[in-house]
Amino acid sequence: MIAQADTALLDVQRLSKTYLGRHNLADRLSGRKQTRVQAVSDVSFGVRPGEILGLIGESGCGKSTLGRSILRLHEPSAGKVVFDGVDVTGLDDAAMKAMRRRMQIIFQDPYASLNPRRTVAEIVGLPLKLHGLTKTPTEARDKVVAMVEKVGLKSAHLDRYPHQFSGGQRQRIGIARALVSNPEFIVCDEPVSALDVSIQAQIIELLTDLKQEMGLTYLFISHDISVIGYLSDRVAVMYLGEIVEMGPVESILTGPRHPYTQSLMSAVPEVDAGVRKARVRLTGDLPSPLSPPSGCKFHTRCPLAIDICRRQAPVTERVGNGHQAACHRLNENLSLLDPVGT
Amino acid sequence: MTAIDNGPAASADPVVNSIFRRNMATFAENRLALGSAVVVLLFVLMAVFAPFIAPHDPNVTDLFRRLQPPAWQEGGDWAYLLGCDALGRDILSRIIYGARISIFVGAAVVLVATTIGIVAGLAAGFLRGWVDTVISRVVDILLGFPYLIFAIGLMAMMGPGLINIILALVYKEWVIPCRVVRGETLATRELEYVEAARALGASSRHIMMREILPNILSPVIVVSTIRMAHVIILEASLSFLGLGVQPPTASWGAMVADGRAFIMQSWWVSTFPGIAILLLVLGINVASQGLRDAFDPRFHE
Amino acid sequence: MMQNDENTLLEVSGLRTVFDTRAGVVCAVDGVDVTVRRGECLGVVGESGSGKSVTFGSVMGLVRAPGRIDAGSIIFEGQDLRALGPGQMRAIRGRDIAMTMQDALTALNPALTVGEQIREVLEAHDEELPARGAARRRAIRERAVEMLGLVGIPSPGERLRQYPHEFSGGMRQRIMIAIALASRPKLLIADEPTTALDVTIQAQVLELISDIRARLGMSVVLITHDLGVVAEHCERVMVMYAGQVVEQGPTRDVISAPQHPYTKGLLASIPRPALRGERIHPIQGQVPDLIDLPPQCRFYSRCPLAGPDCLKNIAMQPAGPRRMARCIRVENAATRQEAEV
Repeated sequence: MIAQADTALLDVQRLSKTYLGRHNLADRLSGRKQTRVQAVSDVSFGVRPGEILGLIGESGCGKSTLGRSILRLHEPSAGKVVFDGVDVTGLDDAAMKAMRRRMQIIFQDPYASLNPRRTVAEIVGLPLKLHGLTKTPTEARDKVVAMVEKVGLKSAHLDRYPHQFSGGQRQRIGIARALVSNPEFIVCDEPVSALDVSIQAQIIELLTDLKQEMGLTYLFISHDISVIGYLSDRVAVMYLGEIVEMGPVESILTGPRHPYTQSLMSAVPEVDAGVRKARVRLTGDLPSPLSPPSGCKFHTRCPLAIDICRRQAPVTERVGNGHQAACHRLNENLSLLDPVGT
Repeated sequence: MTAIDNGPAASADPVVNSIFRRNMATFAENRLALGSAVVVLLFVLMAVFAPFIAPHDPNVTDLFRRLQPPAWQEGGDWAYLLGCDALGRDILSRIIYGARISIFVGAAVVLVATTIGIVAGLAAGFLRGWVDTVISRVVDILLGFPYLIFAIGLMAMMGPGLINIILALVYKEWVIPCRVVRGETLATRELEYVEAARALGASSRHIMMREILPNILSPVIVVSTIRMAHVIILEASLSFLGLGVQPPTASWGAMVADGRAFIMQSWWVSTFPGIAILLLVLGINVASQGLRDAFDPRFHE
Repeated sequence: MMQNDENTLLEVSGLRTVFDTRAGVVCAVDGVDVTVRRGECLGVVGESGSGKSVTFGSVMGLVRAPGRIDAGSIIFEGQDLRALGPGQMRAIRGRDIAMTMQDALTALNPALTVGEQIREVLEAHDEELPARGAARRRAIRERAVEMLGLVGIPSPGERLRQYPHEFSGGMRQRIMIAIALASRPKLLIADEPTTALDVTIQAQVLELISDIRARLGMSVVLITHDLGVVAEHCERVMVMYAGQVVEQGPTRDVISAPQHPYTKGLLASIPRPALRGERIHPIQGQVPDLIDLPPQCRFYSRCPLAGPDCLKNIAMQPAGPRRMARCIRVENAATRQEAEV
């Protein structure tokens, strides 16, 4: 079930994250139950060095929470995150701080992720300062200049404030900040979804170039199948806190096995008339994570749901080389995409 | 600003390139607020340079000038512009010296209270948990007392005096900036740049002081300025009740109280210090509202 | 270009909308012509700042200070909307032309139930309802239930009593469409109806709009940044860049053989699984600042074909059957093609 744990740079083992609602004395006395939202439940996967693992899912499926739990920006409720042989979840503050230099994150919102009162030089220079990576201010400045130029900005930009930049340029600042400490692993949390199409392409190009140049490993979180399909080596599909399907990008794109993956892929509007496929109509909305469905969490929207799906959660099974899925009807070889091809 | 989102009108303004300068430009456009700020500034200058401005010693009594009317009235004297009080002291000089007390108490209380409020509010809003529970409960309890009665009680316990008046007011005043800071911190700590700082390995102290504080300072400054007017009124009220600075030191509230007995025949004794309180408080209020409009567009209705 | 015949529902010509800012006059929409025919779905594609929302905000009479319409005419069913007073404009807005906003949560009134919001529209615009009394109330309720049913909300009768926050994002977008459709408008302007939604929900909402268009025979203007959405739902497309229309024509032709370098660049920038391992070719640079633009092609700074002859005002040029593009190189290409044929 766990992919190549031995060679993985990052190995996530049965990670869960549960958010607890407020539960004060008054709530307790009135017998109200504490609300619990299981944002991530029992997720396991590995990321090999130099790989891009694409994590796809709709809003509220827990993909961002998963990314942040790995970095312990949100403390995981259960499970282990092993990075380069070290269990990150067990580290004390000092060791964790040192580890943060090696694991970084690029955020979605280029407006909210930069402190409006700091100049570009201060923002990009912060990791160097925090980790004492440079000895003199000139050395720090040189590093910052080099990094800023690497992401396509000019050194003349250094003393400006974030609001003086466009969305795409701000995202470049965020990338420079994440990479200036020479990390090995980056969580890219929807880094292009807030950007315009032409700018999106620039940032994707930049991220691919930087990965080559600096030997990075990405966990690339997105809701956009096109971006994930273009970039990733492997893809994991999340639905309501669980990974329902995971495998090499080719087999996910050409032969998705889980009905959710199939409907997700059929829903993407396609520019080329040639590739356009018939649409799987999903009914209804994403169920509330406050009261997730019993059994298979997808059964409320699944066109293939049968009785057992309502009662029992499916186990993850191997369906191909490095390809796994969790569905009761896998071996029936049903596909939502087939009948329309004719 | 416009009815339509993502219009280019919202794009970065290349001419005015600093948030602060843009705020100050907005403030300067507001004539009334600017005028009020000038009035406040004049009061401050008056307080600072009182010994050079005041025509007479504020504490010298002259029984021959007892209840002497202002200069333009019959029996007035141009050397004693606003007349004299029941002990024959020059009212103008006492107002000029009294400004020192009002402004010093106002500024000191607000400064101390804001500092305490920022520390407590940041701790409550950022650390959450039991720290937040304790601070928030204390705030709730303090808010339950009527301010003036609370201060009167404290003054009665501690006895009158300048330091005690400041302490009595600070005891409750810090609650106001604390609540503002806590609220702003709660909102700001969820922003991604705070999370980014944590991801980079920044300590809680760094995040509170360097990432959050600079971004919540504007509303705190605005609130503190508004509160200064309240504090000045409270100080005047305490002095009026005889719980403030002790005689013969001039204080506006005490001056109003002194004139109470003669209000029917010698109206000027109470009226001029009253007008001084009114002008200063009004000036601070209007100026701080201008500041609020300039710094915090969220207050626009 | 197009004759103002019976088939034309909306004809905008030479529209210029500007915003007065401290830094200068921002020309958000500069000389835009739009024609919408009865029953068609026009896609309007552009990135933020391209003026696509401002153009249709101007049509709706929603531009407020510091913005103003500087020039141009907006003819809707033979009537010049710019000549109308605010009262007359209000009567047309909502009844004949309706608009849905990108963010359904802020566009709906949080303090009113969904039923009350639909009723407001009907009260204001529907003359066919019984004049007063119980019959009118019943008729309004029936219409409200019908509208919610039309947009696919289950058990609409009960949900009329609910408030916007009790619905999910996709449901809210549907409700906004229901409110927009309540008065049976002739033109629906859908401003980024699916941008805030997940793909599976997005597909549902877009299909809903297409269905209703077919059923009610209305025209739809679909404003979006997603060429895929346009390709699947619109017969014609209009590409906007920096306040101007740079290309328009039948969707299939524009997408399969874009003429304007910007449209080409936009299509080339979409990452696709089919392009794995290849480099994508993003358009370099940034959208120009719209303040005090010199007379030049607005795409000049980012265009791979730019030359000194582009430093003048460029007009729309014919670029094939029923197609126009704002590029001087296009004409060369078109005449060359003709010469070759």
